[in-house]
Amino acid sequence: MKPSLLTSQPSRRGSHRQADSGLGGEGGGGAASAAESVFRSPTAAFWIVIHGVCCVISVFLGFRFSRVVFVLLFSPSSTTTISSVFTSVPALHAAVTNTTTTTTQMRALVLASSPPPPPEAEQNSMKSRVVVGRHGIRIRPWTHPDSEETMRAHWIIERVQREQRLQHGVRSPRPLIVVTPTYARTFQTLHLTGLLHSLLLVPFPLTWLVVEAASSRSNDTAAFLARSGLHFLHVPFPHPMPEDSRYWRTTESRMRLHALRVVRDRGMDGIVVFADDSNVHSMELFDEAQRVKWMGAISMRILTHITGLSTSRGEDHKSPVPIQGPACNSSGHLVGWHTYNPLPNTGATFIGAGKTVLPAKMEWAGFMLNSRLLWREAKEKPDWVRDLDEVGKKGEDIDSPLCLLEDASFVEPLGNCGRKVLLWWLRAEARYDSNFPTGWTLEPVLEATAAANHSARIDASPELPSNSKLMAGNQDSRNNNIST
Amino acid sequence: MAGGFRVLPLLILCSLFQGILGEEHQPNRPTERISGSAGDVLEDDPVGRLKVFVYELPSKYNKKILQKDPRCLNHMFAAEIYMHRFLLSSAVRTSNPEEADWFYTPVYTTCDLTPNGLPLPFKSPRMMRSAIELISTTWPYWNRTEGADHFFITPHDFGACFHYQEEKAIERGILHLLKRATLVQTFGQRNHVCLKDGSIVIPPYAPPQKMQAHLIPPDTPRSIFVYFRGLFYDVGNDPEGGYYARGARASVWENFKNNPLFDISTEHPTTYYEDMQRAVFCLCPLGWAPWSPRLVEAVVFGCIPVVIADDIVLPFADAIPWEEIGVFVAEEDVPKLDTILTSIPIEVILRKQRLLANPSMKQAMLFPQPAQSRDAFHQILNGLARKLPHEESVYLKSGQKILNWTAGPKGDLKPW
Repeated sequence: MKPSLLTSQPSRRGSHRQADSGLGGEGGGGAASAAESVFRSPTAAFWIVIHGVCCVISVFLGFRFSRVVFVLLFSPSSTTTISSVFTSVPALHAAVTNTTTTTTQMRALVLASSPPPPPEAEQNSMKSRVVVGRHGIRIRPWTHPDSEETMRAHWIIERVQREQRLQHGVRSPRPLIVVTPTYARTFQTLHLTGLLHSLLLVPFPLTWLVVEAASSRSNDTAAFLARSGLHFLHVPFPHPMPEDSRYWRTTESRMRLHALRVVRDRGMDGIVVFADDSNVHSMELFDEAQRVKWMGAISMRILTHITGLSTSRGEDHKSPVPIQGPACNSSGHLVGWHTYNPLPNTGATFIGAGKTVLPAKMEWAGFMLNSRLLWREAKEKPDWVRDLDEVGKKGEDIDSPLCLLEDASFVEPLGNCGRKVLLWWLRAEARYDSNFPTGWTLEPVLEATAAANHSARIDASPELPSNSKLMAGNQDSRNNNIST
Repeated sequence: MAGGFRVLPLLILCSLFQGILGEEHQPNRPTERISGSAGDVLEDDPVGRLKVFVYELPSKYNKKILQKDPRCLNHMFAAEIYMHRFLLSSAVRTSNPEEADWFYTPVYTTCDLTPNGLPLPFKSPRMMRSAIELISTTWPYWNRTEGADHFFITPHDFGACFHYQEEKAIERGILHLLKRATLVQTFGQRNHVCLKDGSIVIPPYAPPQKMQAHLIPPDTPRSIFVYFRGLFYDVGNDPEGGYYARGARASVWENFKNNPLFDISTEHPTTYYEDMQRAVFCLCPLGWAPWSPRLVEAVVFGCIPVVIADDIVLPFADAIPWEEIGVFVAEEDVPKLDTILTSIPIEVILRKQRLLANPSMKQAMLFPQPAQSRDAFHQILNGLARKLPHEESVYLKSGQKILNWTAGPKGDLKPW
């Protein structure tokens, strides 16, 4: 019976020790509890005195004077360990808050002055291994993530998401037919690669229908598509892309119509999504495409170069965010269209040294239609769609996919009735005088005059002065190459 | 037509492949039936299986207290108030006490709030004692069994021990007069003084409308691996750490603050509910007491609860097989939490999510107003019904007395 005023649960400590050693602990625990019940009232009075002394000292010192000092002085009990390795003995005393107000925020810790005499049944049968009191904080030596576990966690997340899609997503997904008109230009590979990566993420069966305008360098696209890993269809368009940028849009529309004819002639089944190679697509767009019954439209945000065009600033005041998409009334029915209001001279303008294409009044990109609309005979084919051969026959300007329809009011607004923007229209093209290499390899190969430097670079260890000379040498040779 | 012809053999081939490869041969059921140790009892209807008599206590025990502080309707101890309201208009209520199986005493012991909203338990034992004195003198049913067919709702931190601090609560023990009664409480820990045998553990009150208002579409992909928002150190009351939550929360912080898989922080965002619906695992560690509304929120939002509280007894443990639904991590294993969670087989995780998606499961955790079938109110009644019929030993012979009315701390004996 040490006069350990601050042992909070010697009975629990006794029971804990009982787990380790035999009957001695139980006897000791019982004796301690019996003895301390004798000390109960004088201990309480003594405690109040100590409390008052501490308060006075704190007032003079100006900071909290902890009664822990008395613990360290009187009691040889074990101390708290907030260290890296946890020891299994729980420490005994609680921290003390020297509060002078009595009606404070509850949960203020008050030091237990004496242990509760436990009922006998408890000590024998309910040997709880959960002990009240101060415990150490277990910290393992290396608190950083393990890369294998991170990989496994990501795999778990992916599997959970797949299951979610199976549960709540589309039950029987219809295949998608993505129609992309493209033509040979500096950024063609860049744009196609971006679109390819978007399409690789689509979880539905997909066919990429790439319509390419005729050009002299036609093998690149075919090679690219062959490497892509997607199911694709490379459709050549007999006419080349005109030099005059004003006619780019009409040619692209014709290319898309050509693609639709291919879809019809091959009897391809699925949902046709118009995806331009330079646009940015959200994955939700393809999820929404599954909900198309005959023809659907989603909202598309138009990202254009507006700096330097003073007239467009007025438009910006009217509509700060140019969006093309369906407009719905409160009951969710299509009542009209939000369109981008282009400048009078549509087509392309020169901005600096770049040539940009401005969006048309109604772009193809935000629309998707059921391929059965194009078939000559399909059951339940609605009568508000025109025959594909009729469209464009008279050489009219096919400027929007609504030309395919007799009645545009049957288009289904998707993406929460056009409130969600799932597509960003963006036409970024290189400078007209740019000379971007088409692949990784530079052709022709570097000339022989660089060969001596070249071999020195491989053999020599990196010393700074010689390295900079070599860098300069390489730079010169590359410049030479460009100018030739 | 030509397309149709080509599609048909493709379809046959596809179905053949599905059968041969059979990658996901189990049907994609969204949910699964839940049956606990007491059987498939989550969907039982208590009406007709028991009768409850509600004592008419003077309003100073219930209505006046509520009028003084209506905040009691919104905090996590509000179950006692809503249970009273439910029983008043329920079909199990009987006005004939002779045919009643259970007797309910509507006394709101957890409604004396501080300015900050935390309940003070200091007057609760006296209030409870006063109520019991009243019913034992006004009606003969208490003395008939000395409370063995009575039940009380004590949703405070440590139940009927009536103290917020665990050492004090253990020291006090359960109020002596409630020794024979059935307690319906939120606190549950095995081998603990404050959990009586035969108690019914219920979930804490969480406002159902608030949670319903923050639901997001179920196809929003779950992209957070582990989510937790709350205190790790209680700086006000336990600055050194190691006392609060037995050091478990501090251990979680120290071990996983650098781990990007663990989205843990003390900041409470406005998108708290939405974030839980985007997480796979939600940590539910103990705090000052082992239970918390986090479990209810995790279940409602479909996030697998990771319970870090040794020996905890979860709500309706005989009706809900919690080991199959949540993940239990011992407090000493917290440094290995990431290893434990990433090594759970994926089928187990998917099964847990299916069980959580069961609407009966979510309903059983909630206290909706007005009451709906299979909600927590009905689960409490089911629990009481499962304890019927009362044993013969419950009824005392004439003159037999078991309770000692003067037992307990002297302060409790003062009249309220």
